[in-house]
Amino acid sequence: MSIVVSNISKSYKTVKALKNISFEVNEGELFGLIGPDGAGKTTLFRVLTTLLIADEGKASVAGYDLLKDYKAIRESVGYMPGRFSLYQDLTVEENLKFFATIFGTTIAQNYDLIKDIYVQIEPFKTRRAGKLSGGMKQKLALSCALIHKPKVLFLDEPTTGVDPVSRKEFWEMIKRLQQKGITILVSTPYMDEAALCDRIALIQDGNILQIDTPEAIIKHYPKAIYNVSADNMYQLIESLKAYEHSHSVYPFGEFVHYTDKRTGFDPKQLKQYLEEKKLAGISIEITQPTIEDAFMELAI
Amino acid sequence: MMENNNVIEVKELTKMFGDFTAVSAITFEVKQGEIFGFLGANGAGKTTAMKMLIGISKPTAGDAKVAGFDVVSEAENIKKNIGYMSQKFALYDDLTVKENITFFGGIYGLTRAKIKEKTRELTEELGLKDLTDKLVGSLPLGWKQKIAFSVSLLHEPKIVFLDEPTGGVDPITRRQFWEMIYKSANKGTTIFVTTHYMDEAEYCDRVSIMVNGKIEALDSPTKLKEQYGAETMNDVFLKLARG
Repeated sequence: MSIVVSNISKSYKTVKALKNISFEVNEGELFGLIGPDGAGKTTLFRVLTTLLIADEGKASVAGYDLLKDYKAIRESVGYMPGRFSLYQDLTVEENLKFFATIFGTTIAQNYDLIKDIYVQIEPFKTRRAGKLSGGMKQKLALSCALIHKPKVLFLDEPTTGVDPVSRKEFWEMIKRLQQKGITILVSTPYMDEAALCDRIALIQDGNILQIDTPEAIIKHYPKAIYNVSADNMYQLIESLKAYEHSHSVYPFGEFVHYTDKRTGFDPKQLKQYLEEKKLAGISIEITQPTIEDAFMELAI
Repeated sequence: MMENNNVIEVKELTKMFGDFTAVSAITFEVKQGEIFGFLGANGAGKTTAMKMLIGISKPTAGDAKVAGFDVVSEAENIKKNIGYMSQKFALYDDLTVKENITFFGGIYGLTRAKIKEKTRELTEELGLKDLTDKLVGSLPLGWKQKIAFSVSLLHEPKIVFLDEPTGGVDPITRRQFWEMIYKSANKGTTIFVTTHYMDEAEYCDRVSIMVNGKIEALDSPTKLKEQYGAETMNDVFLKLARG
């Protein structure tokens, strides 16, 4: 096991940020913490990287105990915080050199590991970090987190606020790092990124709602889910919500995802109801649930 | 004068910073009551374009009218006739919900009676009754964003500009937020919105996609998907923005 977390709790004054959290991450696994802002993801990262002491519970990272061996943990993990935390007035190269030196290594020694990522920002190595674009800052931060060849990599919301193209590129980088044997714990508020992880934990309000592979989480979704569309989206949502048998009604792209309370649900009845509500162009088709559906079903 | 019922008319709008063209001769119109998605990769020029439309940045060339006013010569009138909220700036954390409403109502020149009425209306609609005396900073992000949206509508603007309003918001609240958007669009308010969630792009009536300062595509999500032979807006975006 690369990460073992048992019954970790942490509170800030009156806010319980983590409530009795337990999970394990296998060696070489890409494990995702999926949840919105305020779920407790960052607190958990700070606890596991020994920057914050939990109120209760135990954990080990890379085989080291969180409290007893905190120095060994710091040497074995790479951490990329959600907020850009490098030195803004050092250049790209100076930042990287700084982190290498702190960890008693050199850029040359581990260049292989960061090469793919660093070559993309190397043309700007004399530019101050504060002057980089968002995407370049992110690549530099990742290079700095990797320069001491960590066993475990913690990435706290690396893709938040990033456009879909850069997000895709970032995940390709993460996958390549995983192939090099690094265990990765990554958090994200984007549910569609869950499918890219080996296993995920859905987290909200300091609780883990479910832990499994993305496929299994979708498979265990308890209801039949329908794509419903009509000419007027707003009226469609209002009408579906007012339907006495509706269990959940969520807009999903061009459709509304609808589930029904009854076990023997007949879409024809729903169609009739929507027609009575004067909606036109009605279409109701069964569809596959997504991680986001699963999350919302668990979070209600 | 605005023709048809366009509330935004943009012609060849351009912004240069030195010899860098951030926004390159963009042209488009937005109709009253439309939900218009303004998409693009980071650095494509969205924020610069939006700043010109809300009258806080002067274009280098081109024209734009927002709510009937010229963005250069009548910028102050634009500010009175639009609402604005973003992920980064929305409400004051160390004021209560009620104080925020009163403050922004005052800024927009609402009378005391009107502010009182709006406060009651807003708290009832959002189911906020027990929360009005809480500091905004103590509320979950999703709540803040819903309140911020309502506050941006306090002065009943013709258009509201939303800059990544749902970033980091949980999936249920994110949908409630969009239901609020539908509701105001249904009442005739024009919504101009940027987002990185491509499923939200599908909620828009029309979507424009900016690449390197230019609008490379503009149509309804359905037509864009047809045009680019893509299954989702995410695929359309990847095809375009990858260039």
